[in-house]
Amino acid sequence: MDSCNCIEPQWPPDDLLMKYQYISDFFIALAYFSIPLELIYFVKKSAVFPYRWVLVQFGAFIVLCGATHLINLWTFTMHTRTVAMVMTTAKVFTAVVSCATALMLVHIIPDLLSVKTRELFLKNKAAELDREMGLIRTQEETGRHVRMLTHEIRSTLDRHTILKTTLVELGRTLALEECALWMPTRTGLELQLSYTLRQQNPVGYTVPIHLPVINQVFSSSHAVKISPNCPVARIRPAGKYMPGEVVAVRVPLLHLSNFQINDWPELSTKRYALMVLMLPSDSARQWHVHELELVEVVADQVAVALSHAAILEESMRARDLLMEQNVALDLARREAETAIRARNDFLAVMNHEMRTPMHAIIALSSLLQETELTPEQRLMVETILKSSNLLSTLINDVLDLSRLEDGSLQLDLGTFNLFAVFREVLNLIKPIASVKKLHVSLNLAPDLPEYAIGDEKHLMQTILNVVGNAVKFSKEGSISITAIVAKSELLRDSRTPEFFPVPSDNHFYLRVQVKDSGVGISPQDIPKLFTKFAQTQSMATRNSGGSGLGLAICKRFVNLMEGHIWIESDGLGKGCTAIFMVKLGIPERLNEPKLPFMPKVPTNHGPTAFPGLKVLVMDENGVSRMVTKGLLVHLGCDVTMVSSSEECLHVVSHEHKVVFMDVCVPGMDGYEVAIRINEKFTKRHERPIIVALTGNTDKVTKENCMRVGMDGVILKPVSLDKMRSVLTDLLEHRVLLEAI
Amino acid sequence: MDLIQLQRQLVDYRTSLYHEGFLDEQFTQLQSLQDENNPDFVVEVVSLFFEDSERLLNELSKALEQQIIDFKRMDAQVHQLKGSSSSIGAHRVQKLCIVFRNYCEAHNVEGCLKCLQQVKHEYGIIKTKLESMFQLEQQILNAGGSIPV
Repeated sequence: MDSCNCIEPQWPPDDLLMKYQYISDFFIALAYFSIPLELIYFVKKSAVFPYRWVLVQFGAFIVLCGATHLINLWTFTMHTRTVAMVMTTAKVFTAVVSCATALMLVHIIPDLLSVKTRELFLKNKAAELDREMGLIRTQEETGRHVRMLTHEIRSTLDRHTILKTTLVELGRTLALEECALWMPTRTGLELQLSYTLRQQNPVGYTVPIHLPVINQVFSSSHAVKISPNCPVARIRPAGKYMPGEVVAVRVPLLHLSNFQINDWPELSTKRYALMVLMLPSDSARQWHVHELELVEVVADQVAVALSHAAILEESMRARDLLMEQNVALDLARREAETAIRARNDFLAVMNHEMRTPMHAIIALSSLLQETELTPEQRLMVETILKSSNLLSTLINDVLDLSRLEDGSLQLDLGTFNLFAVFREVLNLIKPIASVKKLHVSLNLAPDLPEYAIGDEKHLMQTILNVVGNAVKFSKEGSISITAIVAKSELLRDSRTPEFFPVPSDNHFYLRVQVKDSGVGISPQDIPKLFTKFAQTQSMATRNSGGSGLGLAICKRFVNLMEGHIWIESDGLGKGCTAIFMVKLGIPERLNEPKLPFMPKVPTNHGPTAFPGLKVLVMDENGVSRMVTKGLLVHLGCDVTMVSSSEECLHVVSHEHKVVFMDVCVPGMDGYEVAIRINEKFTKRHERPIIVALTGNTDKVTKENCMRVGMDGVILKPVSLDKMRSVLTDLLEHRVLLEAI
Repeated sequence: MDLIQLQRQLVDYRTSLYHEGFLDEQFTQLQSLQDENNPDFVVEVVSLFFEDSERLLNELSKALEQQIIDFKRMDAQVHQLKGSSSSIGAHRVQKLCIVFRNYCEAHNVEGCLKCLQQVKHEYGIIKTKLESMFQLEQQILNAGGSIPV
């Protein structure tokens, strides 16, 4: 027995305790072996398990523990030393592994715990996301509703439709019981119920605009919950116990001060309407945030749509107004045109009607002049002639005035005797002045040139008018007429600062001053003097019998002559002075005794003016050819007659000094002939003077004649005097612009 | 008849012609051209006028009877007539010619026909009157007097 080397257990194996230990050890070993098996099985099943190494370690630990307990079973009975050795080894290994495992678990267990926290965190996150999703969904739905509402609202430009649609759509979307719109009245102090959803024709309820609840709503751009009992919300029939929640929002109206809407008065800058929305009563529904947002957005859209509608209304109104104005303007223009045409027709008719009797008077008076008269009779006839010439001139001038206004009148320049003009005026005025017992005196400056170049007719008319006025408005006293050459110092008159005449070698300024001692003019009437047809009170009472045109015409002529006219007076009863300055030309030959353009000496059949002057007359019309020939023969010319352009070109030679050709015959080109003649005679002194005879006074004819190189134009019918003066002028100057 | 009376009659007659618008001052001019060198100037011119006018009036009548009316040619002829009458101083004829020309321009056949009739009428009158006047003048000359101017 000694040599078995066995170890005896401490306690007998039959002891009950030992028996229990034996059984427990067995089960422990079983359990310890089965745990790793389970672990392996389940880990294999799960896909994710990050701690394999741990598992292995743990498995080894368990297995060794099981082994230990298993081997322990053998130690209950007598066992050999080998068993004890194995047991010890197993225990040692187990100890090592378990310590390692314990150490490792220190690291692992916190990690495992944190997994749990992460799981909790993720769950929270998921819940949150869910909530947000819910929100987004509701928002998107709100947006969809708004888009649909906007589309409905903006699909019309009619204000009423917009508002009605808004209410209807809102009611539908939000399932409202009632929806109402209160608009501010014209005075702006009250809100008037304008539109409702359910009630068809809202009666004009009004509430004052300055209620605190309304102010509250207007001051915020959000939808505001208001009490169902406030006046704006109390539009439903009573009888509901639990009124639903009410929300009100402001709807900005357009900025009135930017538009001319005449009925709405100027008020505070921002005006609002009030939209009130009521949930169904007895429904316990609440206003949700997204619904409130929907309402706010809709309110804004409505405001925009309303402004568009208002702008459209405004522009339609403006367009209608413009159309009306256009029609009215068109009518006015046509009326004006008709008036102008009527005036022109009238002038044209009067032109002719007035000239005809004048012609008769002048013609017969000249005829009378030719007869045997006593000297007094002759004087009378001459006065009649002069007066009728003046009257004829006046008639021309009334018509000229209208042409003056158009700017188409030109001055009739010519050399004339300045002294003679003044003498004429004096002679004409003397009879009337002596009847009124007025003394008229004329002072001509010594350095005043005797001859001047200008429009004699109009100058005389101007002087006559001014002097005539002086005589007309003086009951007594004297009239003094002074004419001087204006010197440079005098030229710049302080009273006429805008007039800066510049004298030169070819021109001088004639200054005429007419002073009278008559009724004078008050200072405030002076500017009106030169206005057409305007007569001052004092002048009118004088029964002047004038049309008021005189001074206006004078002013225009003076202006045409590059001059200035003005009137000074010291006041009523102190007489007045009329002064005018005109620009006249200085003729080259001041010593010329002959006066080529002087008046009207009676025709004498005596000495011929142009003996032997060779003249060529081209005229298709036999009668008028013969008349022209008769005229020229009477003046002593040697006349050759041709009746066609070919003949004319054939016959014309350098011997002919003057060629008269009729250019108003259609079909015969007088201009062509003129050009050919010009070509034929290259040297100027060989070329005959070419004069056109025509019945047309228009500018076109004159221009054409000038263009083809003709030297002059005479208007038919030609009188003897005219022919004589034309020939004289032509032969002297080789140029004649025009003789009417 | 008495010379003075004849002369007075002539003057009155002439004045009436002017007064009634048959003649205008162009005729006066014509008369002023008549002198010792040219004693029959007026008669010559007036006779030429008669010849010319009659020719023109015939041509115008013929032209208006045609199927296709040559308005241009007519216009030229009326222009001639106008020129002649204005050179003489036959005032009324001249005025009618102006109207006639307007109708020609407007190609208005009715108007032309009507105008032609009027021109012929006026021409007839002036011819008669001038011939009477010349007869009076001849009587005066035969009686040994001079024609008052």
